[in-house]
Amino acid sequence: MITVSFPGRFSSLDRIRNFYSTAARQAGLEEKAVNQVELAVDEAASNIIQHAYGGENKGDIECSYSIDSSGLLVIMRDFGKSFNPEVVKQPDLESDVCCREEGGLGLHFMHSLMDSVEFSFNAHGGNLLTMTKRLGGKQEKHRISKGA
Amino acid sequence: MDVITANLKRCVLLTASGRIDSGTAPKLQSVINEVTDEGNYKLVLDLSDVDFISSAGLWVLVNAQKKCKRFNRGELVLTGLQNRIHDALDLAGFIPYFKIFEDTTQAVGSF
Repeated sequence: MITVSFPGRFSSLDRIRNFYSTAARQAGLEEKAVNQVELAVDEAASNIIQHAYGGENKGDIECSYSIDSSGLLVIMRDFGKSFNPEVVKQPDLESDVCCREEGGLGLHFMHSLMDSVEFSFNAHGGNLLTMTKRLGGKQEKHRISKGA
Repeated sequence: MDVITANLKRCVLLTASGRIDSGTAPKLQSVINEVTDEGNYKLVLDLSDVDFISSAGLWVLVNAQKKCKRFNRGELVLTGLQNRIHDALDLAGFIPYFKIFEDTTQAVGSF
């Protein structure tokens, strides 16, 4: 397991994406899957900064990964407020865009782009987000396309 | 992330480059606000050199579109989308909200 801590601020996002895209390439994922990992970890880190820490520079984001023959395991830990995905409102993907409430896409992106997404929390260890991207796994789940 | 604006005869062309995430999306928002504050609501956004966009960036595009379309005074159209940018828009369900053109000439010509 390789672990690097990044300061919880938006200027870290570039480095967090690069950290995981390098890992995804090492894992042998194809370029489209690498891009999907980048987007999923960016959304996860942005959510940590905005919601778990409630702003920038409140704590670190501990980023880890491991690679095995099945693909890439991503673990992101923070020490902010506990996060319960059950209480997050699902984005309304069907109604007219003009009427949709802003936000709520991060979790949808993570679940759609990764093969598994799990959250856990304990008072000492903070929030732990575990995601996997398998070699030959799904391209995108819950993909919606209404055409132009 | 950088944005260059050019006032054309019938619209304003905004050319963005780099990566649009939670850190840089406010800059794009601010440039678009400057343009619309001057009364320009017919906008072309060229994303050819944008190789990453997160949901934060996508909401900037949607909010700009809402503003431009208000009172039928204009529209924000997109051009030069790389596959990953198109995929992100699609995943968010935002594709139907934008006219998307292959190249800038077509996009500018749509006004």
